[in-house]
Amino acid sequence: MKTVRVLVGTTKGVFILRAPAARTAWQVGGPHLAGRAIYSLAHDGRGDRHRVWAGAASMHWGAVLVASDDWGRTWDEPQEANVKFPADSGLALKQIWQITPGLDEEPDTLHCGVDPAALFRSTDGGKTWEVVRGLLDHPHRERWQPGGGGLCLHTIVRDAANADRMWIAISSGGVYRTTDGGRTWTARNAGIRAEFLPEKYPEFGQCVHKVVQHPSRAGRLFAQNHWGLYRSDDAGDTWQDIARGVPSDFGFAMTIHPHEPDTVYVIPIESDQVRVPPGGKLRVYRTRNAGRSWEALTRGLPQRRAYDIVLRDAMTTDSLDPAGVYFGTRNGRLYASNDSGSSWRLAIDGLPSITCVRAVVVDDRKSARRTEARRSARR
Amino acid sequence: MTRVAFLIPTPLRPYADGRSRIQVDVAKNPPSLGDALDALWNVAPGVRDRVLTEQGEVRPHVNVFVGTESCRWSGGLATPIADGAEIAIFPAISGGVC
Repeated sequence: MKTVRVLVGTTKGVFILRAPAARTAWQVGGPHLAGRAIYSLAHDGRGDRHRVWAGAASMHWGAVLVASDDWGRTWDEPQEANVKFPADSGLALKQIWQITPGLDEEPDTLHCGVDPAALFRSTDGGKTWEVVRGLLDHPHRERWQPGGGGLCLHTIVRDAANADRMWIAISSGGVYRTTDGGRTWTARNAGIRAEFLPEKYPEFGQCVHKVVQHPSRAGRLFAQNHWGLYRSDDAGDTWQDIARGVPSDFGFAMTIHPHEPDTVYVIPIESDQVRVPPGGKLRVYRTRNAGRSWEALTRGLPQRRAYDIVLRDAMTTDSLDPAGVYFGTRNGRLYASNDSGSSWRLAIDGLPSITCVRAVVVDDRKSARRTEARRSARR
Repeated sequence: MTRVAFLIPTPLRPYADGRSRIQVDVAKNPPSLGDALDALWNVAPGVRDRVLTEQGEVRPHVNVFVGTESCRWSGGLATPIADGAEIAIFPAISGGVC
């Protein structure tokens, strides 16, 4: 039997919601890692794993990567911090913003993106991590500027067909691409306007908030910027404005449909000075034609006095058909759609401020067999 | 040899075998706070990265007191340590963020 688990990271821990495939009623577990700010979550389902990764930050004791193989009941907490800058960098980790499992053919590779902006890689399943030097030593680094959330590398996009090609996004630095497995990185921001700089189209320095890609079309990217919605059809070499049809091109969250490469979702916010839903209406906007037009999705969402906003990693999809779409708000509400966004239900209210959301489809019988096998191996 | 005692706050006790007080002998004479902390890391290595950043600085929201004085005002990790000193690690108040 298939079930869906929605992993919800908040400023006070992880909550895991579970529902049958109909996705209408949710059981809520947590908080796990109570009290810690979870800015990144990932599910690693490669091979026999069902591992949940969390970037767990304590205001006092720093940030580490922790992992759970039993949906949050227990967590492997490293004695020694596992993501650390080298001494010669002079940098110290503040926050872990993104965790990305590698491609299927590299089952022990993971990447994480952090503040201050840097990329770390593990090639042993997450036991040890090493900074990606090509980006750490990039000559642009000294001119990257922190945004309100810090100087964060918050997005990692892998090319499913080419392990050497990857994109990362930094606020505020812009989009960078490597084609040699991380040795060298090139700014890829041509066409993206930097409204907040005197030079409107610089090589880098744009404040990109999220980049998404459909795994079947690696050369096409979509970006939600701090002002601006864009699409690239040439792997980031150039970008086109696709913001016609949304009430504001400012926003944070963006996600892509699991089966339709032209279907993308955003949640506009009224300007960087106000930062509430335009007109007090909480609306998801969906394009089904790669940004040529957008439709407002309102069924089930509050359309008056709505002041919830959604952060950059707090919207996601599951892999069922019709697809589930989920987003969590800074006011602690999680909304779920079981029809690709056409209608929404409030799955849970009253959580701490939601920072990130991930969804996983699980075959529970297979998962139970794996858990039992792991327990037997430990015995 | 200088003998000092560390007081471990509740959140860090999982990294210190559950102990609230750890006594260590510091070989260097006279020792600094940094030397005493190095002796603590030998017996409770998991505490180190929670108290210090990877650049070896006390984390901004952690306070280390030698006796009743915060090391921030007494010379940082170079603060001199006397035999029998009590060193307390505290999470700072850090109000204003919830």
